Amino acid sequence: MSRNGQGYSFSRADASPHILSVRLLIVSENGQARVRVAITGMGMVTPIGTGIEAVWDSLTKGRSGIGTITQFDASEYPTRIAGEVHDFKPELYMDRKTARHVARYCRLGLAAARMALADSGLKPEEMGPDDVGVVVSSGAGGMEEIERGHQVLIDRGISRISPFMVPMMITDIAAGLIAIELRCGGPNYAVVSACASSGHALGDAAEVIRRGDAVAMIAGGAEAPITPLLMGAFCQLGAMSKRNDDPPGASRPFDLNRDGFIMGEGSVIMVLEEMEHARARGARIWAELLGCGSTADMYHFTAPDPLGQGAARAMRAVMRKAGIGPEDVDYINAHGTSTGLGDLAETLAIKQALGARASQIPISSTKSMSGHLLGAAGALEAAACVLAIARDVVPPTINLEHPDPDCDLDYVPNVARPARIDIALSNSFGFGGHNACLALGRVVA
Amino acid sequence: MSEPSTNDADQSTLDFAEMQKLAADILGVDPDQVQLDVSFAKDLAADSLDIVELIMAIEDRYHVSLPEEELEHMKKVGDLWTFLLAHPATADG
Repeated sequence: MSRNGQGYSFSRADASPHILSVRLLIVSENGQARVRVAITGMGMVTPIGTGIEAVWDSLTKGRSGIGTITQFDASEYPTRIAGEVHDFKPELYMDRKTARHVARYCRLGLAAARMALADSGLKPEEMGPDDVGVVVSSGAGGMEEIERGHQVLIDRGISRISPFMVPMMITDIAAGLIAIELRCGGPNYAVVSACASSGHALGDAAEVIRRGDAVAMIAGGAEAPITPLLMGAFCQLGAMSKRNDDPPGASRPFDLNRDGFIMGEGSVIMVLEEMEHARARGARIWAELLGCGSTADMYHFTAPDPLGQGAARAMRAVMRKAGIGPEDVDYINAHGTSTGLGDLAETLAIKQALGARASQIPISSTKSMSGHLLGAAGALEAAACVLAIARDVVPPTINLEHPDPDCDLDYVPNVARPARIDIALSNSFGFGGHNACLALGRVVA
Repeated sequence: MSEPSTNDADQSTLDFAEMQKLAADILGVDPDQVQLDVSFAKDLAADSLDIVELIMAIEDRYHVSLPEEELEHMKKVGDLWTFLLAHPATADG
């Protein structure tokens, strides 16, 4: 299909599903060639594994990363389970002093960023100081340090507050830390939109490259929300599952017996790179980031628009920007948090945005395995899309035993499915009514 | 590890090796690097935030109080050690 005069024109060279190749003819509205953005590296530290292969193994085997909380005594909490990163060794990624002076979300973020950069083969230290930037987001920032610091204030007074309190607590420091450690002096900031943060981070970082402000961007999200205050606060919201006696079965998006989301921690970071730069240096190109559709629900702080209209507009927006239509979409990684309202609203949104195509394509929520990584969720799920494209397998929605009759799309229950995926959408929705939908596409050499 | 030279104070209650370890933990260096003639900034890569954190830890451990005006005199490990020797703990260490 093509939409001449409206973004890209986009053609498939061959209709056969097995030798199908996608050729992107990128022409912007004014007829100028539009900058394409390649994904050349990925790094991940998650409840379902550290590193691409470990995460992919979990995603394709349907392995849950949810367990009883060990990071603090949660025995009195209504929800006592979460997706924790176990056996994380900060010393592999930073010196002792740095590890002590940043919050856990930053330690996870720096680890994932180092992995992503190593995976990409990019060497920022050998490039111009402005060439590589960083947009790494967090929904909550250094929560555990805020809580610890506040306790010190109450117990011992102002003079005992750590001089590192401010840099430890704020949500932009992962981006700053990564720039310092990896020598990336280009545009540097965090995008914050709650659980859509890292979807927006990737989308915005791609735009930084498109507008010529950087050659490459390190982008994604990092989150460490399993803290006494934040867990308690989410319990009070009534949005979390109480299936404490069955941790692996607790996150069950689109299942009739779902009872809320499960919080997770971790970081997923990608290296985005201007396509020609990536090709010129012979980089392995995982996929193309085609764009991000971004809208607001205009409905409620925490509840989704029950009709899913804002989410549907985000999906339509990214298809319009990428010059694709519903018939081009082969897979959707749903936001799918396992809440009653959210999963239903998203089902309606997908139907509105994709029409008849909605019921023809696989859709899955990998949060069923990882839990909800909040500000890192969008990046993890974009990575799941990239790997689905690269490896021709759709990860499943696990725990989908009794599909909610109102969530009646093909949510790929329980078992991974081989499928040719050329274009995938990744949905992320955040408190505040923020919607981000990323489009990712196969790149044919 | 050399034995520190001391001048005017009661060293029986102060253990230099212990202070070395405390400072090393805070500054992310090896205890052996923490010697009297070593500069916090130049030799141990300590910035002003590190110094504040170190002083807080020293105050907690030795039950002393370093007035802010003293901080600028704390250039070397020896300056800190001299201060500690001159200001016995106000309570049990």
